[in-house]
Amino acid sequence: MLVLSGIAIIALGFLLRFNPMLVIAASALVTGLAAGIDPLAILAAFGKAFNDTRYVTAIYIVLPVIGLLERNGLQARARALVAGLKGLTTGRLLIAYLAFRQITAALGLTSVAGPAQTVRPLIAPMAEAAAGEAHDPEKVKALAAATDNIGLFFGEDIFIAIGSILLMKGVLEGYGIIVEPLHLSVWAIPAAVAAFLIHGGRLLWLDRRVRRG
Amino acid sequence: MIGLNFIYGVAGLTFLAFALLGAAEKRWANATFHGLIATSFLLGDWLGDIGNGVLVLALVAIAASGRMKRRVETGEPRARGAMVFVPALVIPVTALLGTLLFKQVPWLVDPRQATLVALTVGVLLALALCYVWLRPAPAEPFRAGRALMDDIGWAAVLPQMLASLGAVFALAGVGEVVGRLIGVAIPAGSVIGAVLAFGLGMALFTIVMGNAFAAFPVMAAAVGIPLLVQTYGADPAPVAAIGMLAGFCGTLMTPMAANFNLVPAALLELKDRNGVIRAQVPTALPLLAFNIILLWWIVA
Repeated sequence: MLVLSGIAIIALGFLLRFNPMLVIAASALVTGLAAGIDPLAILAAFGKAFNDTRYVTAIYIVLPVIGLLERNGLQARARALVAGLKGLTTGRLLIAYLAFRQITAALGLTSVAGPAQTVRPLIAPMAEAAAGEAHDPEKVKALAAATDNIGLFFGEDIFIAIGSILLMKGVLEGYGIIVEPLHLSVWAIPAAVAAFLIHGGRLLWLDRRVRRG
Repeated sequence: MIGLNFIYGVAGLTFLAFALLGAAEKRWANATFHGLIATSFLLGDWLGDIGNGVLVLALVAIAASGRMKRRVETGEPRARGAMVFVPALVIPVTALLGTLLFKQVPWLVDPRQATLVALTVGVLLALALCYVWLRPAPAEPFRAGRALMDDIGWAAVLPQMLASLGAVFALAGVGEVVGRLIGVAIPAGSVIGAVLAFGLGMALFTIVMGNAFAAFPVMAAAVGIPLLVQTYGADPAPVAAIGMLAGFCGTLMTPMAANFNLVPAALLELKDRNGVIRAQVPTALPLLAFNIILLWWIVA
């Protein structure tokens, strides 16, 4: 039971708004000590895992290109493009992006889009331009990032070689249950459709509130 | 073979450029932070586990010191024609075509890393195109990239930190304890109780851990396999797939999933750090309910 104290530290630390980096380090230390692990072994385990997961931080290699293009008016261009299209609303734009993100993710192309590659330079400014004065730009930008995540999560599991499918296959094999990746990915389709309908519905609702408001 | 070594080389050199440019402007905390990330990318495999752990402690110390600075405001952007979209689109298009192409040459490119390699190639192509077409000063792209990086700050390594915390949790057996607690809480013989415990447990555990991958083995061991599959005879494939997606609904609602929720908020310069989460909750909750009902329909 004592090993759960690390979870309490995380929850409290985030709630009290301590620096998250410090909270994570403290939680790792306390959890390890509670399980009777030597402090040096905790440090080694943390360091090894940090080194093994560097790929999640590699995405920032896109920033020099995006930053340079922004200094050359990329966001303004994206806004101008949308302003030229009559009838394009924030909701419709984000629904199209949701469909694009779900379909490409279902084909295994999860890194084609993302917050750094597409949302910040293109989708967020386009959604803001389509919203005009009708919505709080903070909300629109947040919704653009949310649409990116939802499209990714509820698309990628349809692809048979994605990490989560392989994890499920591996865990089930540990119990002597053999499943085909395709059989798992087929069962990701209902949730993908539901995600599109629920989130798409919210986006259409957003448009409607403007027209009345 | 081209794989992570190539990606990490490019990433290491990019962060090294950020560090040097930061040092040139005497932004020491930012420069040291980026220098440590560059070290991790370029030399991580030679540092040893303890060495990497010490590197992490140094990152934590800098982040906690509060000395990292936000970006300095840069001037108004120059206005260019619609051509400015071209390099921005080169990256995703190369990532797309490269993934398909690289899968055909497994002896040249590590097939497990095909997309990341293709993305890296796309970035290098786009950068080359920018130099030829926009003729910036040699360091300008990296100066512009560093400004964005300074906005993200220490949040850039939060995802890696949380993944590493997950490894320590696994070592300490946190999952087994949580699984046992949830297993005890289900009333015996209740199908709906088991389905609810599995679906909500996946979402809640993911909220705590920030990652459905960490929650899945635990919930499968506690509820999914022994109750839903072995006792009630449900098909294991939908149980696993829908359980994982219930976990993804949790990912949408937690600051622990920093790379999906906190980093975009920083990248979009939102005033509310939890703004992206707030925008996701109204989709995540009905979707979680849908997944639990679907699972109940399959099991029952």
